Amino acid sequence: MISLYARRRLINGFNLSVSLLTMVFGLFWLGWILWTLVALGFQGLNLSLFTQMTPPPGSKGGLLNAIAGSFFMTMTAALVGTPIGILAGTYLAEFGQKGWLAPTTRFINDILLSAPSIVIGLFVYEVYVISIGHFSGWAGSFALALIVIPVVVRTTENMLRLVPNSLREAAAALGAPQWKVIMLVTLRASTTGILTGILLAVARISGETAPLLFTALNNQFWSSNMNQPMANLPVVIFQFAMSPYEDWQKLAWAGALLITFAVLTLNILARAFFRQKSLSH
Amino acid sequence: MSQTVIANPKIVLKDLNFHYGSYHALKSVNLSIPEKKVTAFIGPSGCGKSTLLRTFNRMYELYPKQKATGEIILDGENILDAKQDMNKLRAKVGMVFQKPTPFPMSIYDNIAFGVKLYENLNRHEMADRIEWALRKAALWEEAKNKLKQSGNSLSGGQQQRLCIARAIAVKPEVVLLDEPASALDPISTAHIEELIHELKMDYTIIIVTHNMQQAARVSDYTAYMYLGELIEFGNTDAIFTTPKKKATEDYITGKFG
Repeated sequence: MISLYARRRLINGFNLSVSLLTMVFGLFWLGWILWTLVALGFQGLNLSLFTQMTPPPGSKGGLLNAIAGSFFMTMTAALVGTPIGILAGTYLAEFGQKGWLAPTTRFINDILLSAPSIVIGLFVYEVYVISIGHFSGWAGSFALALIVIPVVVRTTENMLRLVPNSLREAAAALGAPQWKVIMLVTLRASTTGILTGILLAVARISGETAPLLFTALNNQFWSSNMNQPMANLPVVIFQFAMSPYEDWQKLAWAGALLITFAVLTLNILARAFFRQKSLSH
Repeated sequence: MSQTVIANPKIVLKDLNFHYGSYHALKSVNLSIPEKKVTAFIGPSGCGKSTLLRTFNRMYELYPKQKATGEIILDGENILDAKQDMNKLRAKVGMVFQKPTPFPMSIYDNIAFGVKLYENLNRHEMADRIEWALRKAALWEEAKNKLKQSGNSLSGGQQQRLCIARAIAVKPEVVLLDEPASALDPISTAHIEELIHELKMDYTIIIVTHNMQQAARVSDYTAYMYLGELIEFGNTDAIFTTPKKKATEDYITGKFG
């Protein structure tokens, strides 16, 4: 008969080993993906990637138009989606205790949050692209913004709910009207969390392909006209990786590596920034 | 309790009832709070003393389903009246909570926050006001060289004094203290109690406390509450030495509660 204590140690050891194994399992695939990406993408990395346009098959070229297009559309989507998301999230957290509007909004937002991105692409295609008659950068930004909004709504609401009610009471007890309490105290107390949510949303849309296929499509040439079809990294990668041309495949890998590193850099910068900020507190 | 006549009441409660949804938390409370004195509310947990305190600045209205009926007369005006401007009421009736609640901003801005809501001071006047409030709260010496630092960088006792400074910086007339020292160590508690003595020169102070010695030390008048009713109210010395009711005596002597 083993003692209760020995048994508990045994169970603890077993659980710890299982957790470690599953972590190793997950990391293994992640490592493999990153390794493949670096191994295949690295050979395509060179200066012309950032200076030349996407080439026709069989000739040299770069990804400049796709990088720029992705940048324009991601930024536009974030600029449009962030204020809407923060305002809606604030409504849900600060005013959503009573009535039917807030629970309904929250429910719909959750559906939108888990909606397949291809559905959002088709939706924008149906309501916008068809009615104006051509693909465009605006349509792409619109679709991406629809993905940004629910993520930002959700994180804003969650972060505001983490702010203790005692802080709201303390501000109200000084005679501050509710909008000042929200603007100056509760939103301020959750800035870090909300910014993280925005960065996560940006990271998410920078790799989205499906919604762009139906909206921005692609453009072989340089275009900064948001009203025209616009090149972007995910669709270029999709198109080039599926092609039989070796040059194109190489560019696709290089593009995939670029996106991954961009997202990684964004995350690291955000962490460094927030660490500094929390240290100064 | 009718024997205790308050000559110059700041606040008069008339038949005050309070409901949390269907729960009847305060039952027909009648009470007069004297001006520029310290009044303590004591009683076991759940007796309604904090609930009562939170009616004086209508803090309960932040939450749905909480409702007070009756009259709370402050300087001759019923503050439960729908016409009462809630924010102005709260500027006049300040509050300090159980746990320190510094805002996520600098010590300076923590105090300036409330002042800016109702007054337009220039930089110089604001700096003066902040020094005045911090001196009143006995925090100036410790904080004067780090006014730009976050309020969270202070210790718990200092944070609570910052909250007191913040509350008096807006120059209220009544200060509500909801167990202001229960989360603090004995030294910080002593600081806060000294502070209460200082503050009653200028302010009407109402304090809720679990600690009967504290009530005996800091207050001039004491109200004993039980199950939502005001059992006994009177001069603190009288309540602690010759309580008129058996229930009060049992609670104070520790037979119960």
